[in-house]
Amino acid sequence: MTAATGIGARVLRTEDKRFLTGTGRYVDDLPLARATYAYFLRSPHAHARIKSIDVSAAAKMPGVVNIFTGKDLVDAKVGGLICGWTVKDKHGQPHKAPAHPVMAVDTVRYVGDTVAMIVANSHDEAKDAAEAIKVDYDVKPATIDLAKALDKGATEVHPEAPGNLIYDWEIGVKADVDAAFAKAAHVTKLDLVNNRLIPNAMEPRAAAAEYDKGTGHYTLWSTSQNPHVLRLILSAFVLGIPEHKLRVIAPDVGGGFGSKIFCYADETMVCWAASRVGRPIKWTAERSESFQTDCHGRDHVTHAELALDKDGKFLALKVETIANMGAYLSTFSTAVPTYLYATLLAGQYTTPLIYANVKAAVTHTAPVDAYRGAGRPEATFVIETIVSKAAAEMKIDPAELRRKNFIPSTAFPYQTPVALQYDSGNYPPIIDEAMKIADYKGFEARRAEAKSRGMLRGIGFSSYIEACGLAPSQVVGSLGAGVGQWESAQIKFNPTGNVQVMTGAHSHGQGHETTFAQLIHDKLGVPMDQIEIVHGDTATTPFGMGTYGSRSLAVGGSAIVKATEKIIAKGKKVAAHLMEASVADVEFENGTFKVAGTDKSVPLAQVVFAAYVPHNYPHADTEPGMDENAFYDPANFVYPAGTQICELEIDPETGTTEIVAFTAIDDFGNIINPMIVEGQVHGGIVQGVGQALMEGAVYDKSTGQLISGSYMDYTMPRADNFPSFKHGNKHTPCPHNPQGVKGCGEAGAIASPAAVMNAVHNALAPVGVKHVEMPATPLNVWQSIKGAQRQAAE
Amino acid sequence: MYDFAYHRPKSVADAVSLLKSKPEARAMSGGMTLIPTLKQRLARPSDVVDLGGVKELAGIKVEGNNVVVGGMTRHADVAGSAEVKAAIPALAYLAGHIGDPQVRNRGTIGGSVANNDPAADYPGAVVALNATVTTNTRKITADDFFKGLFETALADGELITSISFPKAEKAAYVKVPNPASRYAMVGVFVAKTAAGVRVAVTGAGACVFRVKAMEDALAKNFSSAAIKDIKIPFEGLNSDIHGSSEYRAHLVGVMARRAVDAANK
Ligand SMILES: Cc1cc2nc3c(=O)[nH]c(=O)nc-3n(C[C@H](O)[C@H](O)[C@H](O)COP(=O)(O)OP(=O)(O)OC[C@H]3O[C@@H](n4cnc5c(N)ncnc54)[C@H](O)[C@@H]3O)c2cc1C
Repeated sequence: MTAATGIGARVLRTEDKRFLTGTGRYVDDLPLARATYAYFLRSPHAHARIKSIDVSAAAKMPGVVNIFTGKDLVDAKVGGLICGWTVKDKHGQPHKAPAHPVMAVDTVRYVGDTVAMIVANSHDEAKDAAEAIKVDYDVKPATIDLAKALDKGATEVHPEAPGNLIYDWEIGVKADVDAAFAKAAHVTKLDLVNNRLIPNAMEPRAAAAEYDKGTGHYTLWSTSQNPHVLRLILSAFVLGIPEHKLRVIAPDVGGGFGSKIFCYADETMVCWAASRVGRPIKWTAERSESFQTDCHGRDHVTHAELALDKDGKFLALKVETIANMGAYLSTFSTAVPTYLYATLLAGQYTTPLIYANVKAAVTHTAPVDAYRGAGRPEATFVIETIVSKAAAEMKIDPAELRRKNFIPSTAFPYQTPVALQYDSGNYPPIIDEAMKIADYKGFEARRAEAKSRGMLRGIGFSSYIEACGLAPSQVVGSLGAGVGQWESAQIKFNPTGNVQVMTGAHSHGQGHETTFAQLIHDKLGVPMDQIEIVHGDTATTPFGMGTYGSRSLAVGGSAIVKATEKIIAKGKKVAAHLMEASVADVEFENGTFKVAGTDKSVPLAQVVFAAYVPHNYPHADTEPGMDENAFYDPANFVYPAGTQICELEIDPETGTTEIVAFTAIDDFGNIINPMIVEGQVHGGIVQGVGQALMEGAVYDKSTGQLISGSYMDYTMPRADNFPSFKHGNKHTPCPHNPQGVKGCGEAGAIASPAAVMNAVHNALAPVGVKHVEMPATPLNVWQSIKGAQRQAAE
Repeated sequence: MYDFAYHRPKSVADAVSLLKSKPEARAMSGGMTLIPTLKQRLARPSDVVDLGGVKELAGIKVEGNNVVVGGMTRHADVAGSAEVKAAIPALAYLAGHIGDPQVRNRGTIGGSVANNDPAADYPGAVVALNATVTTNTRKITADDFFKGLFETALADGELITSISFPKAEKAAYVKVPNPASRYAMVGVFVAKTAAGVRVAVTGAGACVFRVKAMEDALAKNFSSAAIKDIKIPFEGLNSDIHGSSEYRAHLVGVMARRAVDAANK
């Protein structure tokens, strides 16, 4: 195909025109006639019994249309919100599943828990009325600190989860791992906290719903990453509206990072109430509501140990993690610290024995669920931190220690001891390239120069692997997933030759409208401006699983490719008829059907026209029309991998850290649009650096108030925190999907926290600092230096 | 936000009479502090008196040895002003490091100084340069102006019309920004003017304060070496998730030395 727009071309993003000119259409932009506005009253307490809710004064306020409380939902027999993944504990028992009422009934369990819904003629009137609702709370002690959540005597969040334990899960054989540790020449131990993060999508969550009394149809507009899944959950589990009577539309969505996968109380209520109110209802979260009620990410407390032989070969890895679920189990929460975490603990290495034990705990904090990388950043952080720590302890170069333990390129497909089978990869050339670009050799000279300016310079590696392209349905089904994870596509040509491509994936910033169009352009030769990618509407697209887990291209794109094959196969029959040739002799290339060895040809557009105006047509064995769909269920996950190198300087007097260079070399398989891939990598790195140096959700440990509840206190990474990134690719194509692609959406965020923190530790080693927790804020770094100085003095 | 009546007077006199006639009225300059407060429903003024239409309040003039900045002058205008850059470059630098471009293009010196946020940058300059705050009724010296946490000498309905900064022989401002908000976690303004040496600290305490010991040492020897052993007690300083009081006390020393070095460059 043409180099300018086909596979591998840096095509500018089609969607950016509307995003950059303010003509995108987001949920909040919807003009809905006679709309009402919802406002949710949230709990100001982390844990309290609701003695009574008095809405009488509020109901009389100007503009108030209706007020609903948890009791109304109980009366209407509305189901609870669900967790869609059943994790079996180490005794084979399903995880504890505490009730998750859509709105609190008699107990609130985190600051932000939903207490009442006020529907009014305007947002301000709804908010005014919320202030007039009198809730009598009996405030109880709260369990906030994860490290203490499982302690005896900790206040219980749910009666269904004694001791706050949701599951005690394990993978691997502990006895075998212990035996390997007994023989180890060196053991490196690590205690770490994987800090809790708040997703902060640019567009807050929003919902709008309309009920058509005549047909009994509901339409729900929602900032969802997966509208079909949301519809399925609402229909089958929560509201009982039949699927064919509920249309879910996720229009333009301004970022999700996982936080918009889940089914929340807010859109559930908006949808449910629409028929009761009899007018459309609109709701958009305020930013402080986003902070308090979007599902948070990460939040682990971990102890890990790595056993090595005298040459630095990894013998075994042992990991114990307590993972925070928050107050309720969100949609995919249980899977994140188990199947998306512990199964990744082999990393890029041949570690033969791995044991992981994960205990999931509930606390009086916002629910925690998948956030960009979901489990894999946590796993990478454990592995890559402990490997660098082992290297420092054994005085082996960190790159050398990694290389010594890399899975050799000849070993693929490679079965890890933690269930996954890596399909492809070649790690040594990646680290070589990264070290070359980062000028690793010159580092000591740069460190010395920095020292002359009073600065502490450090360098850190992170060699990550991730499993994405979620997911082979049979595999995830056997692990407890409540859904399949295939993807769908439909290619619908119009008689005039342009084409609409429906995908079950959803774009909320990823650029699918461009990447998928490039696939179509490449396969079918249709010019880019004749292609429309349609997504995000259950009424117009085939059932699909949405976008998360870096799956859109690897799974959704593969479905599109399969559908193009069907188009070509059908087109050949029509073209053969038109050219009076045999189907076997027809070839398709550059958008044209040809009879091999002749100069006969007919362009696809003409074939399409013939299919819709079938006056001269092979009616005997071919249906009219040019409209094909395909479903694709991947044979395996895909396994992107790479190495990042971070170089930074710390000002020991202030504790501030400046990243001076950042190199990332990735294996994303074949690349459709390198510009979009770079954008994904850049964004991912920024989010990972945010976790390492800046971001942290901080709750008051006794009251459970969210202290970092606004941008005054929650530090978002900004452009001026970063140098220009150096990015490169070293591909091994994925062997099991048609384009040989792997996912790129999460890699940056998965790898970078470890690269940064290894660099921080490297920089601070000369002043005696052993360990700094994330986020390595100026205060945190300064205190670590102080602590080391105090220890040295003692 | 709650409802309020909106006014846009054209003169200081009209603004003041509006403010006087409505006891629950609030003045608004850039709105960068007031509007978020309204949006969070933390304030409920009956009336908002927008000073944006009062032409006499905006602008920068050099009068003899002083740079006079009108109350409605935006941070971006101070940062970009050739007069300020020539007369007191440290003041232009300070203004250019407040918040982000959006904030600098809306926020004003009058609003900032009247608000007296403990983490605001301008109070450091006002005190260190021994500036004079002019209101619609009087002139107030810097030392008399800032009274405590969000507290100033301004009476109800009194408006800052301008602030007059004496030119400095040497001056510099250095801050460690709060990583999230980028307000000053600790900012130190050091100035050597005709009136002597002043060291003003913002961000660290409830209100801008001077460090007498440093001023005395610098008066004798204007070099960072002169203050390297002067420690600030941490008791009573601000403490939050971004900085403990010990950290802030330590940063006062570091920032003061760096400010002196910068002033000497
Ligand atoms: C994102 C963000 C980042 C910021 N970062 C910084 C920073 O790094 N450093 C910093 O110093 N500041 C920072 N600010 C604050 C900014 O400088 C504001 O502009 C300032 O606090 C108030 O100025 P304003 O003109 O917006 O005042 P307004 O918000 O209009 O008013 C503030 C208060 O002062 C009163 N007032 C206004 N004008 C007058 C007057 N002429 N006389 C008497 N009273 C008056 C008002 O009634 C109100 O009570 C930041 C603000 C934001 C939103």
